[in-house]
Amino acid sequence: MRVPSNLKLIQKILSKIFAYLILTAGALVMVAPFLWMITTSLKPERFVFSPPYLFPVYFEWENYFTAFKAAPFQRYYLNTVVMAIGITIGQVFFSSLAAYAFARLRFPGRELVFLIFLGTMLVPLHVTLIPSYLIIQKLNWINSYQALIVPRLVSAFGIFLMRQYYLSIPKDLDEAALIDGASRLTIWWKIILPLSGPALATLGIFAFLFAWNDFLWPLVVLNSPEMYTVQLGLAMFQGKYGTRWHLLMAGTVTATIPVIIAFLMGQNRFIEGITTTGLKG
Amino acid sequence: MNLRIRTHPYRRDEVSTALIALLPAIIVFGVFNIIPLGYTAYLSLLKWDGFSIERQFVGFQNFLELLSSTYLWNSLKATIYYTLGVIGLSLPFGLLVAILLNSGLKGQVAFRTLYFLPVVTSTVAASMVWKLMLDPGSGYINVILREIGFSPPAWLRDTHWAMPAVILLGVWKRIGFNMVIYLAGLQSIPREYYEAARVDGATSLAQIRYITIPLLAPTTALLIVMAMIDSFLLFDQVFVLTGGGPAGATDVIGFLLYRYAFRYFDLGKASAIAWIMFIFIASVTLIQWRLSRFGTKEIA
Repeated sequence: MRVPSNLKLIQKILSKIFAYLILTAGALVMVAPFLWMITTSLKPERFVFSPPYLFPVYFEWENYFTAFKAAPFQRYYLNTVVMAIGITIGQVFFSSLAAYAFARLRFPGRELVFLIFLGTMLVPLHVTLIPSYLIIQKLNWINSYQALIVPRLVSAFGIFLMRQYYLSIPKDLDEAALIDGASRLTIWWKIILPLSGPALATLGIFAFLFAWNDFLWPLVVLNSPEMYTVQLGLAMFQGKYGTRWHLLMAGTVTATIPVIIAFLMGQNRFIEGITTTGLKG
Repeated sequence: MNLRIRTHPYRRDEVSTALIALLPAIIVFGVFNIIPLGYTAYLSLLKWDGFSIERQFVGFQNFLELLSSTYLWNSLKATIYYTLGVIGLSLPFGLLVAILLNSGLKGQVAFRTLYFLPVVTSTVAASMVWKLMLDPGSGYINVILREIGFSPPAWLRDTHWAMPAVILLGVWKRIGFNMVIYLAGLQSIPREYYEAARVDGATSLAQIRYITIPLLAPTTALLIVMAMIDSFLLFDQVFVLTGGGPAGATDVIGFLLYRYAFRYFDLGKASAIAWIMFIFIASVTLIQWRLSRFGTKEIA
């Protein structure tokens, strides 16, 4: 009897080792491009085309200064931060405001308006790209922060997410405040909003990551390099410095770090948001 | 109290507050979503370059011309190729990783983080790194392939290998997402099913084949639909990696629309493409809502 149970144990250990091997190999493939990015960004120029290596051997921090001199990445950063923060604050504020109306207030046409709002999710940016561009042009907003921020101040996904959360907050709280003479907007601002920290944080992380990585819309409404976002600047930088990979990768690393930090900080919320809504934001 | 509600179905302060609360959303959605959708339909019936005063009404000519041009069909072919490639590779790998992570190994969170990093990385940045890795001469991938005795293709410059290379990046960016959704699906399968199977002597592989995969079918369907939507909107990757080339090999529909609008200034045709995309995306998204928890049950 002892031999088979030993065999089983060995089999169990072997299958565990096998699982770890597969997972580690896979993880290496997932991470290799990041390593490669960092290693190349720190290579001295003369080694850029010599046989590749995965881990940094040289640390040529100069490359970062050269890249920042070759293209105004500081400026791209500033533009992106303004845009991403504007969009994030806007989406958190306006989406939860609208969600409050849908979750707490009774008014004619509530279901219809909510369905129309959700319906906007059926219309991807590509479809409205040309008219939206023409409208921005009419407003004289080409090359402006407004063009980047205003069309994305509200998101249907955000309204849906916040509404679901508000529905889980007991209504007694509102009624108690109403009796105390608080107005509806005060109730939202003073009672509901402070209770929705987790949902607001989830929405905020989604909005920030989306804004930081966005490419097509900035590409269409910006044509002056001073207004470029990091992603746009990076793509244009590539067109100009095609094979100066050490500089390109220095730019790529700087463009990637903020989202990775934001993701690592809000990882659990972000993943929970994806799995509970079955949507990508 | 009840009587008052019946005679005055809506309270004034609620209605006026709702109006204030919804106004920003109504303006933004109206100006940048609902009006543009109608405007795109109108533009699709015109011959117009976007700036000249003269606009010529041509009816459905843009659609007819597109349907008889090789561009549109080539784009649809490329888009379908990409979609099938990404679904065919990122789903099985995502499932494999999810199953392994779900078997109670240590370091689950660390692995999940590593696999998920590509999902949040910007497509532009990711495309840049892959472009470097796919460089025919000095790229890491070809150096390794030569080392082990292959004569690798020129990837992005080769009409046959450009699309597989674009797909590879798409798969890399999607495995983590699929893994996370599969993990959630796996956790909802009752443990007793596996215990019962083990008592009956089923091997781990048989358990996966006859319990896990069938019970995850709804999750798989959802992931397929989501991949279809994202693939149909593919743009950034193609813009950075290939610019639609070589010889139109990666000229997916999202990129074709951009070219018609902002390179050829043929807004009519671009808008016609936009409507073709809209009809496809809207129907697929409706299917997605049916499949996800974002179903009608919770909306109403």
